[in-house]
Amino acid sequence: MTTLINPEAPVGAPLGKSSRPRDALFAGISRGSGIVVLIVMGAIGVFLLWKALPALSANTASFLTTSPWFPDDAQPKFGIAALAFGTLLSSVIAMVIAVPVGIGVALYTAHYAPRRFAPTLGYIVDLLAAVPSIIFGLWGLQILMPNSIGLWRWLDDHFGFIPLFSNEQNIYTRSIALAAVVLAIMILPTVSAISREVFAQVPPGHIEAALALGATRWETMRTAVFPFARPGMVSAAMLGLGRALGETIAVALILSATFKINWQVTEPGGNTFAANIALKWNEAGTIGLGALIASGLVLYVITFAVNMAARLVVERRRDFSGAN
Amino acid sequence: MAILDRTISDDELHNLLSQRKLPRWTTLATCATAIAGSALLSFISPVSGVAGTAVFAFLLFIVLQTGLSFAVEGKRYAIDRLATTLLLSALTAALVPLVSILLTVLVRGLNAFNANFLTSTMRNVSPRRPGGGILHALIGTLEQVAIAAAIGIPLGILAAVYLVEYGNRSRLARTISFFVDVMTGIPSIVAGLFVYTGFILTLGLQRSGLAAGISLSILMIPVVVRSTEEMLRLVPRDLREASYALGVPKYRTILRVVIPSASTGIITGAMLAVARVTGETAPLLLTTFLTQSINTNPFNGPQASLPTYVWDQISSGTTASIDRAWAGALTLILLVMILNLSARLIARASRVK
Repeated sequence: MTTLINPEAPVGAPLGKSSRPRDALFAGISRGSGIVVLIVMGAIGVFLLWKALPALSANTASFLTTSPWFPDDAQPKFGIAALAFGTLLSSVIAMVIAVPVGIGVALYTAHYAPRRFAPTLGYIVDLLAAVPSIIFGLWGLQILMPNSIGLWRWLDDHFGFIPLFSNEQNIYTRSIALAAVVLAIMILPTVSAISREVFAQVPPGHIEAALALGATRWETMRTAVFPFARPGMVSAAMLGLGRALGETIAVALILSATFKINWQVTEPGGNTFAANIALKWNEAGTIGLGALIASGLVLYVITFAVNMAARLVVERRRDFSGAN
Repeated sequence: MAILDRTISDDELHNLLSQRKLPRWTTLATCATAIAGSALLSFISPVSGVAGTAVFAFLLFIVLQTGLSFAVEGKRYAIDRLATTLLLSALTAALVPLVSILLTVLVRGLNAFNANFLTSTMRNVSPRRPGGGILHALIGTLEQVAIAAAIGIPLGILAAVYLVEYGNRSRLARTISFFVDVMTGIPSIVAGLFVYTGFILTLGLQRSGLAAGISLSILMIPVVVRSTEEMLRLVPRDLREASYALGVPKYRTILRVVIPSASTGIITGAMLAVARVTGETAPLLLTTFLTQSINTNPFNGPQASLPTYVWDQISSGTTASIDRAWAGALTLILLVMILNLSARLIARASRVK
């Protein structure tokens, strides 16, 4: 152990690079731990690509534009068209539902709720984030599905002229729409937690100025809060989208997996990247596993891009919000 | 706000200041009217069921309140009231599923949840028969999460130490910080695929509890880094300076001064991270094999876990197995909530002083 007072130590050493070996060692270990994050992020891409290549080269159909999924046939034939379609459609519907509700919840807890209850309200909504996804799936399957049939039928009866809502099979279960509603509930806490954070950062001066000018509460939100928080809200929506894109188990439980592109969202069927991997994993052969890994790589690239874009949007805001 | 863009005449000012407002009781009255109106309508028209009536009552309330406010208070206040109502309904819309999920898990879970359920396994239990238990899955989950924590928490804390104490906003630190954020968003199934391709196919690791633990640790790391980083930044600079001034080397300052003063926050963050991965199913499906018996060895052979247990019971699809799935869900949610609540309690206890 070094003595506490070491006259030989260079002045100011703790602040910069150190000549003490243990200091250097500890600095190295912690820097290495940081670098592990970068390595893992890179390694995910490299390993997935490496293990997907054999299956991709054995594929006799176009990987990007084919819908059917027969990777373990003698002539492997598989593609991600239907998977990409189902993933994007369910996530976008989930976003359309969850973003307004999530932002509404955030706005209410940040600026409307009585001060005493606001933290509790926030905590309760955060509790939704703590519910494991398998439980969302079980609940969606056993509770929401039987209780939502009426809604889908009603949509079909009254808005059936919109192709999205028409249902020719007259079966209203295990649909993309149902999965999207469950996804919406799952991403709600993400959207609302991040929006709440940016809403809380709005400089009180802006709000007080708007109120002093005679603005109503809503006008204050529109003129002082929203302009400041817009990048944060965009980023919250995108992070929610990222979560919805990669959600596996709840979707796998709810959808009855098909490999067709079907715009009629209340009919049974549809599939997503993540759900397909979970459902096909244990029955897949060598090429089948490679094909699933390839689809996982596509999912990784998409979520990576969405998350990166979301972070860049907030990052940009940090630069000019330094004034507050 | 158009109204603020021009000068206001004395007459207008008088009008503005003597703004007529709806008395407070109108909200309740409108609400009652809407419900009564909707209930009446459900007798004479085919507005279906309780849900339909409730939705109609809600719409009626909005129309009545906005209309009334528009007539008495003017457009701006009508819009304001409308916005408040919509925000409050967004909150309700968020709370309804939460309450429904917690209640159903509790009510349906209690069907099969008892002392026997917690202390027996599914060994030699037919999917069609009631009975059986979850002990094997509980053991598996505890071991896998412990492995994940043993890998993820030290790595995460050390990475956060680098970002706060050594990084100095250098290029490397900013890159790491950015990718930690991106890593938070990687789908859990991708973490499973990574362990499968990297550790199982390439390094020859078996599908086992260890593989599951590694995949969970990947999901933990970014959460731990973020929360620890936040906590370390809260430690006052003076504390570090005081320690340096006494000649204490930097690494000892970090280990003995900085980390201890942030410890409650770090523990809270770590527990939340543990709670988050405890419920993960997807990576476990790829990295372990299911079993119905106890396997205490996470390094070898198939090992069950709570989430995959629930998944398995749902897949069986019999009445008895669905009951078990709900009871498993109850066990899982209790475990997660205990972790979650105790983490928040630690955070709150430390805030008091």
